[in-house]
Amino acid sequence: MPFALLKYGLNNDYPFEKDADLPAPTALKRRYDVVIIGGGGHGVATAYYLAKYHGITNVAVLEKGYLGGGNTARNTAVIRSNYLTSDGVRFYSESVKLFQELSNEFNFNIMYSKRGQLTLAHTDSAIRGFRQRTEVNKHFGGKTELIDPQQIRELVPTLNMNPGHQPVLGGLWHMDGATARHDAVAWGYAKGATQRGVELHQLTEVTDVIVDDASGTVTGVKVKQGSAEQIIECGCAVQAVAGHSSLLAEKAGFRLPIVSYPLQAMVTQPVKPFLNPLVSSPAFHCYVQQTGRGELVFGGGSDPYPLYNTRSSLELKEQLLAHAVELFPFMANLKLMRQWAGLTDMTSDYSPIMGLSPVKNYYLDAGWGTWGFKSTPICGKTMAELVASGGKVPDLIKPFGVERFSEFRQVNEMGATAASH
Amino acid sequence: MKIMPCPLNGPRNISEFVYGGEVTPLPSVESAPDKAWAEHTFYAYNGTGVAREWWYHTPSGYWFVAERHRVSDEILRTYDPSELPSDESTPDGETC
Repeated sequence: MPFALLKYGLNNDYPFEKDADLPAPTALKRRYDVVIIGGGGHGVATAYYLAKYHGITNVAVLEKGYLGGGNTARNTAVIRSNYLTSDGVRFYSESVKLFQELSNEFNFNIMYSKRGQLTLAHTDSAIRGFRQRTEVNKHFGGKTELIDPQQIRELVPTLNMNPGHQPVLGGLWHMDGATARHDAVAWGYAKGATQRGVELHQLTEVTDVIVDDASGTVTGVKVKQGSAEQIIECGCAVQAVAGHSSLLAEKAGFRLPIVSYPLQAMVTQPVKPFLNPLVSSPAFHCYVQQTGRGELVFGGGSDPYPLYNTRSSLELKEQLLAHAVELFPFMANLKLMRQWAGLTDMTSDYSPIMGLSPVKNYYLDAGWGTWGFKSTPICGKTMAELVASGGKVPDLIKPFGVERFSEFRQVNEMGATAASH
Repeated sequence: MKIMPCPLNGPRNISEFVYGGEVTPLPSVESAPDKAWAEHTFYAYNGTGVAREWWYHTPSGYWFVAERHRVSDEILRTYDPSELPSDESTPDGETC
């Protein structure tokens, strides 16, 4: 074995490079049919479905950092569809279904793990809200039930049912709730897309969007690799840049009803498995889950004021952890291992902005706030449909058009986020 | 803890304050079309420069204005709303 290693060390021909998941980088072409700005889960999923279902492979995914290095790497990997509005539930349910098949489809393990998600009610009004969500979910084929404190005790014996002055009165038990390895989702889509001929260009920043003034149509993008800038022509472009959506839209010449807030999350040292469901409490602004490695992941709401910065703040940590410890008192003995933050592009109705933009052939995939990871597959699929049809908005994402903000047709999901913000 | 220099109460922990959105002129109640109201309600400044924002000190029930940098989180200036310039333009001359 050591000799074999030495042989490979002295040889240019590494055996494993032939089986690398992603092809080596190539030079940028002068023109692509589709340019996707942002190489996160949504961007590569769109590229994947464009290639797989629509045969469109002259596609470049441009990523200023590395594949899946933005919010795809920073979310808390919750998959669920127990939303409030019928538009929301229909959309997220499709996503949950697609997630279940992804490992097989990619031939690449995304570590999908169906755990069920439990949302706690501490007030009568929360119970009423859960009743409504249960019925809406059932109507669209989801597996969601309203459960009582005894059932909660059986599901999560370690939960403190009487935290502070807010006893747990009931719970929304969403059996479809799941988690998956978030990086692997991006890797799987990127692998599948590049195998079909899509080009993924990392460390390639889009510095400007070129729009033909006379027709109001996007014609290309200006990109920067290292210090070299060049212009790439495109038939159409998709922007999928999460927290930086407003800044990119400004380059394309329009504004978005989005405000960017940091969202901080953290993870403890690993412990023995004890927590199967994902547990969240909107009243406590807190959700907790145990990963396959045994670590506990904590997340809460976005920061209380807008900022383009992923710094850590003591006040948010204190608040979030105080609540987590109230729900699971023994967690006070655990040590935090890591903390991080992502930039959430929040809309005022807590639903995404998908579809057409004021610029022709320039498609929007933005406003993903704190609900972006769970929608990765369906978002990729519907955005690919939109691009392939030349701008015919699929029914599933019609409610999410940016025009809803000037027509007062919001899709209010504020009550259905895992932690209220 | 981050400190907010409150014009009324002096430097206090930021957890005592609530962010209240961007300072923008109110459209005319009499004549503004729906689109102007939508613009006012949903389209806020989300750039990387200095924003002028409403802040509220919860314990004393006091609203004031803060000019804050949206990347560095530096609070450059805070003042009583009576000191707001009448033209309501945002700092740096940015159109929000």
